[in-house]
Parts: sequence; C-alpha cells; structure tokens
Amino acid sequence: MQFNGKAHKFGNDVNTDYIISGKYKFKTLDMKELAKHVMEDLDPDFYEKVSSGDFIVGGSNFGCGSSREQAPLAIKYADVSAVLAKSFARIFYRNAINTGLPVVECDTDQIDQGDEITVNLATGVINNKTKGTVIPIKPLPSVMIKILNDGGLAAHFRKYGGFNFD
Amino acid sequence: MGQTIIEKILSSHCGQTARANEIVVARVDYVMGQDGTAPLAINAFKEMDGKEVFDREKVAFVIDHSAPSPNEGVSALHKLMREFTKEKMFRLYDIGDGVCHQLIPESGEVGPGSLVIGADSHTCTYGALNAFSTGVGSTDLAGGLISGQMWFKVPETFKFVCHGTLPPGVFSKDLILYLIGDVTADGATYMAAEYVGEAITALSQEARFTIANMAIEMGAKAGLMEADEKTFNWLRRFTKREFNPVVADRDALYAKVREYDVSKLEPQVAKPHKVDNVAPVSDVAGKPIQQALLGTCTNGRLEDLRIAAGIIANRKIHREVRMIVAPASRQVFLDAMAEGIIQTLVESGAAIVTPGCGPCVGTHNGVPSDGETVISTANRNFKGRMGNSNAEIFLASPATVAASALTGKITDPREFM
Repeated sequence: MQFNGKAHKFGNDVNTDYIISGKYKFKTLDMKELAKHVMEDLDPDFYEKVSSGDFIVGGSNFGCGSSREQAPLAIKYADVSAVLAKSFARIFYRNAINTGLPVVECDTDQIDQGDEITVNLATGVINNKTKGTVIPIKPLPSVMIKILNDGGLAAHFRKYGGFNFD
Repeated sequence: MGQTIIEKILSSHCGQTARANEIVVARVDYVMGQDGTAPLAINAFKEMDGKEVFDREKVAFVIDHSAPSPNEGVSALHKLMREFTKEKMFRLYDIGDGVCHQLIPESGEVGPGSLVIGADSHTCTYGALNAFSTGVGSTDLAGGLISGQMWFKVPETFKFVCHGTLPPGVFSKDLILYLIGDVTADGATYMAAEYVGEAITALSQEARFTIANMAIEMGAKAGLMEADEKTFNWLRRFTKREFNPVVADRDALYAKVREYDVSKLEPQVAKPHKVDNVAPVSDVAGKPIQQALLGTCTNGRLEDLRIAAGIIANRKIHREVRMIVAPASRQVFLDAMAEGIIQTLVESGAAIVTPGCGPCVGTHNGVPSDGETVISTANRNFKGRMGNSNAEIFLASPATVAASALTGKITDPREFM
C-alpha cells in the first residue's frame, strides 16, 4: 500500500477527545457526520483544510485517552490515508488496525506542516518529497499485519470464525 | 525466571507460560461494553457474522455515559442496546444502575486472577481486585463477545513501590495524580503497572480502585495490585465465589521500578488541559471555581461521598458554585442515603444526578460555560472533555473538591480537617 499526500502536523498526547469530542460521538453512528468534527478542538478548520489522501502527523502518545473506536473511524472517514506518530496509545493503535486505518510509527520530527510525503507500507519507508529525505517505518507486530491483510478484524472473524494467527 | 502478576494471569488463560513481549490468545472471564462503545460493537458483531455471545453469564452492557438519554440520537443508540441484549439474552444495566466500573466489581463476577476486557479505557479499574482488566475498542469487544477470547501482547511491567504513610488530608487520588505527574501521560505506555508497598496496602479497597482506575492516564494497559483480606472482605459482600490471589514471583523481571516515599505528599491537582500537568494544591489555591463535580468511576464510591460529606456537613456550598454529585452506582446511592450522606450533601446545596458517569464526558448533567472553571474528582481534564472547550477542568480528590465547593475557590482540604 502506497499513499501520497500532505502532512498536517500536531503535537504530543493528541487524545481521543480532541480527535472526536464526546459531545458528538455519543449521538450517532454516522461516521461521515462525525468526520466533519475530527480534530475540531485542536484546529476548528481541520476538516475544511484536509484533502483526500493527506496524513495526520503527531508526536508521541497519539490517541491517548478513551477507547472510542469513533476516533480512528472519524479520521478514516475524513479521507486521511494514515496517521504517523513517534508512538501511539495502545487502545487507539489496536482500534486503528481493527478498522483498517494504517498507523505508522516513525520519527515525525523529520516532517513539518505541509510537507508532501509518500508512505509505502510494503517497503517500510516514507519519502519526504519536500525535504528530499527518507524516513524508516517501525514494523507492525505480525498479528497486526495479519489482521490488516485480512481487511480488519471483522473480516478476519468472517474468514476464520475467531482469532487465527497460526 | 519468575513471573509478574500479569504474566501469571495471562499464562493461566492461554495455556502456555506467557512472557513479556510474546503474543498470546487468551480466554476472557468477562466482557463489558457501555453506551459509547456498544452500539458500534453491535454493528461489528453483525459484520463478523456473530450468532450468539460466547456465554450469557459472562457478558454485560451498561448504559452509563449518557443516562438517562439527553437527546433522540442517544435514545436511538440506547434502544439498539436494549434490543440487542434482549435478543441475545444477556445482562443490560440500564439508566440509574450506575457506572460500569462500579457495577462489574459489584457483580461479583470479577476478582483475583480474573481476565476482563471492557470497551472503556478505564476498565483497568479492576486491577485493584488483583484482576487483569483492560480497555479495548468496539471491534475487539465484538470479537470477545463472539469468541470469549482476545489476543494480547504480554506487557512488560512497571513497578511502583510506595513507602511511608499518607498524611491526613492526602488521599489515594493525590497519590495517583502525583505518580502520573512524575512518569507523564505515556510513562507506562504498553506496560502493566504494579502498585506495591505499605502505602498501597494501608489503603482501603475503595481507595485502591482510584489508583488502578487512573493507570490508563500513564498509558498503562493494566494497574495491578495484590489481593489481601481487605480485597476479600470487599468481595464477600457481593459473591460467595472463591478466588485465588496472584502474586508476583520474587525473581520476576520488571522493565522499570520506581520507589516513592509518600509521607510528605501534599494534596495534588491536575491543571488544565492534561492529566500529567500535576502540581500541589498550594500552587493554584485561590483560583475561583464555578462548578464542582463529585463522582465518576474514579471517585464516586461510598468512601468518597463520605469524605466529602464530612467536610461539607453543617456548612453551605458557596453561592456561586454548582456542586454536582453522581453516586457511582445504585448501591452506593442507597448506602449513602442510609448513612445520611445524601441528606448532608443536599442540605448543603449540592445537586444529585442519576448514578452513572454524570457530566464527566460532556454529554449532559452540567456542561460548563465559556470561561468557567470546574474542579472535579474525575480522571480526565482534556480541553472540551466536559462538553465545552472554552472551560477549564482541574482534577483533585473528593476532599479538595468539597473544600473548594465551600469556599468558591481551589482550597487545600486540610483547612477544614
């Protein structure tokens, strides 16, 4: 999988309340509606600014806070192709893989706001086209690669009727 | 080589000796979802071709986050949960029953050695009962409902050794805030926390829940403690079931160990807008507040209400402060009534809301206005958490919240003790 787009840079500890506020997420399962409010408390115009295929780029501990799966889903439905961060909070990380949103651990200090980048999950590298640099991706655990390749956890369950990592 | 508590619990649930960093598929003893996460899990359950839940006695949904429903959107999601639990014939805790993290321990289904997943990040609370319980999302929840299993990366363990005795007026909430401030919001990410030492064993069982509850605020997957007589006495009220306590081996391998002396600890607060932005209450004393919240899965238990009522008794809540009290469960509410605590709080000017999450997640029951400051016993103070991103939230112990509600400004509770 290869994605091209622009980087939208955020800081450390971007929590799930900032990704999608509780005041919206409890009301509806319409993810397209929720996507309009994604990152709203950090950048009220984010949904207007982001183009299809762009990246959210965070610092450390991205997705900390609640277990809401609406957080990766709202990002996915805003047509963001992947989230890049130095590290992720574990529940967000699981939820993203389970719902098919690529999450990439890498050194995001090498990416600035607005940089044009290409993320290649197969080769495990990011090309920062604006800076002309190459950034390595930390590989996913094998279990997560299997779930992603199956098309998410729901598809994995449809295929095997349960967890199957043999 | 010995094992940590979490390695032992995972070993007993996966049929092999589990070591840190291995991936295991483990049997789960209990599976829980709440009204913010269960509706999506119902969708995922169908998408997975789920037919029935793996064991009707070992699963529950809880309507606590927006209970009773504040609008028609939420009502539709609650209805979906009611219909699903009826069709699949498993337990639904409905409005007024309380917060999931009080109800699951009160169910008697969870105790030392149990393995629990809950679609709520504060599921780590039951670590205070010597159980491995952890938060998952909706799709994992659906997988757990169908299979009775979950995959885990066996976490490394971060041991917090707490020596000494907490001074009067300083509580378990102050201790956990201090620890989070010290290691930061991602200080224990991907790890299990083990809280040990005489300062932990001296705490009541209810006070221990507060510490385990906030393990997630340092990024931890679990917040574990050893079980003792206090644990078993607490459980005996709710179940006759026998549990075998799980202790770490002496030669268990820890990724990190940090030692603390709590004897000189002061009451602490987490300042806006991060839980690890911690300072002694003296740093912010005098800051005017407009709302005070006593409750939530962190500090809505009987002991918390009793401590607050002890400070508030025969006094009046400051006229410019709204004090909101949300008992953690119907049982806590009943016990607090029987003890006269509710009478005391209401006479002093507090408003009682339905047992549940109350205004903690910003859906109802007391959304602050622009520019207002809230002091709360909850576990998160993120911008917008209580429904308004132009308000500030300080986190503190029930004693500090009660003292501040009386004076109308952030106040060291020791002034009233």
